[in-house]
Amino acid sequence: MSQKRPVDRSCACQDFNRAEFIRRGVAQAGKGLPSIEAGMPTPAGTGLSRRTFVLSSAGLLLSVYGAGHVLDPKVFEAGIAQAASDGANQPVIVSVYLQGGIDSMSVLYPVGDPLYATYRPSLGLAPDAGPVFTEDSSLHWNPLAAPLAQLHAEGKVSVMPTVGYTDPNQSHFTSRHYYEVGATDANLATGWLGRYLDIVGTKDNPLQGLCLDYALQPALATARMPVATIDLPTDYSFYAEGVWGPPQTVMYNTFDAFGEVAAASHDPAMEQSGDAARASNRLREQLLQFQPAAGTTAPPLPAGYPSATDEFPARMAAVAKMLAAGLPIQCVSVTTDSVFDTHEGQAAPFDAGLGEAVQTIYAFQRDLEARGLADRVLMLVWSEFGRRPQENASAGTDHGAAGCGFVIGTQAAGTMIGEWQGLSTGLDALGNLTETADFRGVYCSVLEQWLKQDAKAVIPGAASFTRVPVVKS
Amino acid sequence: MGATATRAAPRRGRVSAPRGDLPVYRGKFGSEQAERLLWRAGFGPKAGQSEELAKRGMRGAVLSLTRPTDRSLDGPAPVLEKGQPLQPYSVWGNDVLWWLDRMVRTRAPLIERMTLTWHDWFATSNEQVNSQLLMIRQNETQRALCLTSFPELLTAITTDPAMQVYLTLVGSTKADPNENYAREMQELFTLGVDDGYTEKDVREQARALTGFTSTWNPTTGQQEDFHFDAALHDAGIKVIYGHRGNFGWRDSLRLALERPHHARFFVTKLWSYFSAEPLSARDTRAAEALYLSSGKQIRPLVEAMLMHPTIHAGARMVKPPIVQIAGMLRSINRYIDTDAWAWESSLLGQMPFYPPNVGGWDATSWLNTGTWLARFNLTGQMIVTDKVLNPSTAKVSKHPKDLTDEAIAFWGNPTVSAATRRALSAYAQSAAIDSATATWERESYPVLALNALRALVVASPDYQTC
Repeated sequence: MSQKRPVDRSCACQDFNRAEFIRRGVAQAGKGLPSIEAGMPTPAGTGLSRRTFVLSSAGLLLSVYGAGHVLDPKVFEAGIAQAASDGANQPVIVSVYLQGGIDSMSVLYPVGDPLYATYRPSLGLAPDAGPVFTEDSSLHWNPLAAPLAQLHAEGKVSVMPTVGYTDPNQSHFTSRHYYEVGATDANLATGWLGRYLDIVGTKDNPLQGLCLDYALQPALATARMPVATIDLPTDYSFYAEGVWGPPQTVMYNTFDAFGEVAAASHDPAMEQSGDAARASNRLREQLLQFQPAAGTTAPPLPAGYPSATDEFPARMAAVAKMLAAGLPIQCVSVTTDSVFDTHEGQAAPFDAGLGEAVQTIYAFQRDLEARGLADRVLMLVWSEFGRRPQENASAGTDHGAAGCGFVIGTQAAGTMIGEWQGLSTGLDALGNLTETADFRGVYCSVLEQWLKQDAKAVIPGAASFTRVPVVKS
Repeated sequence: MGATATRAAPRRGRVSAPRGDLPVYRGKFGSEQAERLLWRAGFGPKAGQSEELAKRGMRGAVLSLTRPTDRSLDGPAPVLEKGQPLQPYSVWGNDVLWWLDRMVRTRAPLIERMTLTWHDWFATSNEQVNSQLLMIRQNETQRALCLTSFPELLTAITTDPAMQVYLTLVGSTKADPNENYAREMQELFTLGVDDGYTEKDVREQARALTGFTSTWNPTTGQQEDFHFDAALHDAGIKVIYGHRGNFGWRDSLRLALERPHHARFFVTKLWSYFSAEPLSARDTRAAEALYLSSGKQIRPLVEAMLMHPTIHAGARMVKPPIVQIAGMLRSINRYIDTDAWAWESSLLGQMPFYPPNVGGWDATSWLNTGTWLARFNLTGQMIVTDKVLNPSTAKVSKHPKDLTDEAIAFWGNPTVSAATRRALSAYAQSAAIDSATATWERESYPVLALNALRALVVASPDYQTC
């Protein structure tokens, strides 16, 4: 390996590159699951223009969606600085998407239900495997979810055992779209958090909606206000082969010299290049503090985050770091690397995925607490649907309807939203779990109780959804 | 054209074409101008090509590009790191390499550049098509027709399977018409956004375009046997742009191409691929007249555009990422021997076969701090390890000017402005001389500086633009 490549692409094998590239999503919002189903809606945010630039004050590589003509990084710089001074104590909502439709009955398993063994002959867990869910002892936590049980015991987790909506759609794409846009409307093109930002956001602060991914996640798709994506805040370094020591140190001065040469040329294309060179050097300087030490590839994550090669732990750690840096972030969207679409041989991939997701969420919460930020942040953990209670013949589970979700934070109400109805009464005609809380009611409650925003302006038909307690009163 | 020469042609090229014609560049046409033309109408020069092209004069140079007599490839066949042949239809990224190889080895660079133009114009992404075979077939269609007539090209693209999948024209039937292709055909391919058509026209055009279908092969998971089925076509009366008739898909295209708005849209968009400065109103009218009088032929218009004074003496353009990658390879006489270019092109912001959306790439903002970083780091991939100078063995000059010259020569002596040369020499002075105190530093720093200078030359605003 002679050349330094971007850290996460150092493996030359085809499959890795391909998987990596696919994950980048090619600027198409709503990617992440195979688009295999006929008649699925176009994801919110599709067609928004994307511009990538670096926000030098924060040292972040940003892709800004929906910025319209406001594309000058300097404009964003000023707006972000203003927003940071205006709203240092604004509430933050972090949306964590468990992609693929997680099997809720393996997160909180109803071992006290007499039908559980019948429905889960191979996937069922033993009564003493995991801790009891203290609000309903018929449910036990998956042992890998024990950190959530710990946070719940501290009053920081509101459990939704069966959240969903009527007339559930079992397409990944369609049902995810509903959750992203906050309505069962295939044609809605903005995300529910995007519409919130359209009301409270500003034209010059893309960090108000921050997606840690290669492409915009649809919940943040706005109609008017800019939002941003970054991969990770550590990925910015220049490298010239066979250059080190003082000849390397002074090399960066030439970037500035290029900027001066270009400015003197009065040629717009030269200026674009020279401006990029100069801005790149500013950014390089500002990012030095985030750069891995010589000879290492990446700085270690704070204690507690799983040391996986997946990006989810690093991205959540980055959210905490950026909030700690005082950046004016209001809505964050992050997706697990793990895909919970466990149609066959569920146990092993589910355990790996759940373990990483739960450990990361727990570490993030502890990180926020250690940084004194915890009272400002509420996490909403969701998936596009749960899975069918009756396991299939391949030791897996198929697409279901209602499933689990969580509201997490020191300010979370900490009490169950909806209820667990039991397998004898809680199933619909197709054998799927029926919902005991509507996700739109949850969104309305988050908007009103946490973000102090009239939900009617954000969620279509808001008045018709029952509010639930999401925040401590 | 028939322009007459004026006595002392000023630098910008004096214009004296007859009314109605596009003006023709009359200024100096040396190797510097030839180099620029090769970047605008191709992928930059290989060693000696600028000088060769300059000998033909401006007009001869343009015609040699637009009317190539030899379309063959020059140089060794593309391979991967271990010498394996490409598998462009089946292996990720090998489609990009397959095309990049053509850009690097072609003896007819404008053919490849026009193919790239049409790929952007009729942007189709394999992200949705999910078939490298169909994408490459579309590419071959665009290459074969790249300088023919626009109606012919549009017809071929409309029936092209990759496009039909991408814009969901296949499966748009009388019972379930889909407006996707009808909208983009007008908005992006022929007329321009909201110019010369209404939402009603979109719906009626969608009806006229119904009837394309295919069969699903469950074994391969691919659509195949793309064809038109009259039974799925809406044979009713449509009203398009005020015309009533039982229009079919060919009528749909014809009606759009006959709109008075089409010619202006066409020449304006085509010009934007060659120049960052817009055509004047007068020149736009002249280009429209040329396009229409030629029967909507592409080649005559491209020839006239490439002879325009603005191409040779106007503002510079940022080189598109894939053009710069191909041009760097050409300049160092390197051929495809790694798949790195597939993901590098993505990092630089232009991965062929994966345009960001149906509108193609945004050529007005190629460079920002993210893509500038990627272009800088690209050099580390360009220079193979054994060409990186080793300070314990390499012997290089200790004079800043010599080091600068050597670094520029490494890339085939591209034109570098005096101001940029001064910046590079200042670096050489600082890195190789001023930073060195110990004996070993005085010996090794010039070598390190030359390695850095090679990266700096191609990161300079001069090199990133043309």
